[in-house]
Amino acid sequence: MIEVNELTKRYGAKTAVDGLTFTVKPGIVTGFLGPNGAGKSTTMRMILGLDRPTSGTATINGRPYAEHAAPLQQAGALLDAKAVHTGRSAYHHLLAMAATTGIPKSRVAEVIDIVGLHEVAKKRAGGFSLGMGQRLGIASALLGDPEVLILDEPTNGLDPEGVLWIRNLMRDLAAQGRTVFVSSHLMSEMALTAEHLVVVGKGQLIADVSVGEFIEQASHNSVLVRSPRSVELHDLIAGPGVTVLSVERGTFEVSGMSAADIGERAAAAGIALHELSLQKPSLEEAFMTLTKDAVEYRSELSLTGKAA
Amino acid sequence: MSTVALRYPTRKVTQARVTKSEWIKFWSLRSTAITLGISIAVFIGIGLLASSMLGDPGPNGQGGPDGPVSASLAGVGLAQLAFGTLGVLFMASEYSTGMIRSSLSAVPKRLPVLWGKIAVFTGVVFVVALAAAAIAFTGGQAIAGDAGASWSDPGVARAVIGSAVVLTGSGVLGIGLGALLRSTPAAISTLFGVMFLLGGIAGLLLPDSWNSALAYLPSNAANSITAVTTTDGSLGPLAGLAVFGGYIVAVVVAAAGRLKRSDA
Repeated sequence: MIEVNELTKRYGAKTAVDGLTFTVKPGIVTGFLGPNGAGKSTTMRMILGLDRPTSGTATINGRPYAEHAAPLQQAGALLDAKAVHTGRSAYHHLLAMAATTGIPKSRVAEVIDIVGLHEVAKKRAGGFSLGMGQRLGIASALLGDPEVLILDEPTNGLDPEGVLWIRNLMRDLAAQGRTVFVSSHLMSEMALTAEHLVVVGKGQLIADVSVGEFIEQASHNSVLVRSPRSVELHDLIAGPGVTVLSVERGTFEVSGMSAADIGERAAAAGIALHELSLQKPSLEEAFMTLTKDAVEYRSELSLTGKAA
Repeated sequence: MSTVALRYPTRKVTQARVTKSEWIKFWSLRSTAITLGISIAVFIGIGLLASSMLGDPGPNGQGGPDGPVSASLAGVGLAQLAFGTLGVLFMASEYSTGMIRSSLSAVPKRLPVLWGKIAVFTGVVFVVALAAAAIAFTGGQAIAGDAGASWSDPGVARAVIGSAVVLTGSGVLGIGLGALLRSTPAAISTLFGVMFLLGGIAGLLLPDSWNSALAYLPSNAANSITAVTTTDGSLGPLAGLAVFGGYIVAVVVAAAGRLKRSDA
């Protein structure tokens, strides 16, 4: 369990993290989502005691990370795939990390196998690709078999097979009852792995919701209706508070009335429906809608219209 | 709170474990063995070279036991820079590579990392430097032949051990500067400036009335530790050790302060 309370970090006049409060619960994957520069990495570094908060607190399993007697067994982190000495082998990197808290050599061999670095474990980490570096970082996160995992953009630089592997790994870790907190700037990535979302923009909390609620919040639910007798149906539905937009011949989009109501009315009038579907915005759209005011670096070209 | 059964018993982070981790880090870099080898070669090589050029006791009265001892240990000066560089690399490379974030997430109390590094470095380098000093002295005296000094001559054992102390101290100074400046080039230039240039520049620029103060510069204080006989205007060996040690402690304390307080 991770608890963040009124966490704030200022660099001079710039506020990177602004009064964040949220809780990350065990047993599920929680996505930490926000545009680049939203303060995700800074928040994660403060949770791990690498950066000092200007104010506020962050605890792991009830205590600040630095106050645990065996911190690697409380939380494992992948913060930066490059947090490795380039001249040292993956094996010796992990061995040195393990030695600080008496983790046996057998566990080092085990995590090397888990992340699939067996063949290159004795090679210098400086020659690793970004994907191999990520795997090494995940190996160090798993080293202490910790209850809490904090992963900053873990799929960066991984090939599709690697991305699939990390998704399954995160789900498995959560299913074992662990707390899995993973950051990403890609909503689509989170849609596939996370159950809960903490969304930030410009260092502030935008949403702390389940993935389902998140879509609900950001959407203007509408219903797509297709019928050979669309003109008659249109008259049946139209009324105050209901908007009907013609999409193409025989098809229109209704907002302000549920799919159930539309179906009932059509049935009562004996009108056949060829399609009646709830239009959910994609997660990516929902994310863009929510964070559009909080994007730090925006291109001047706006993304108009609804993406498919 | 946790529903996950830990598969390993909780083992605390202790200073001994962090020191073992630093031992693994020290020896798992190829650059360690290379730098250590170069340092020893420079130290012994210059000593033997100086011993072979010793020749007759010159007109300056360089005879007696002082001459051949100093000659055989003449490599201390350059070796100081080599061992100092090893110390700088041991600490500053953590910052240049990003390793420090892994190190400090494993040891979030932070200071044990610095103490562990100093302990490992001091242990290894003192033993290596002492062996190298003994080899340089013995070899140098063999080259000097009849003019050579023996281990039993006054001040000889102290000069040999003192050389190892100065070399180890320079390395620890390097670790401190590395942690304080967090940059390999900046720490090496500072070390070089303080140990090599400062004494000469200060001697040239300051009026003669300041000469007694020059003895307190780090380089001159270090020289007093290795000198067989104390010359006029320099500190005695123990005073030299105290002053040189004082500089090291000051830098290490400042480094510890920055390590503890600053963002990693």
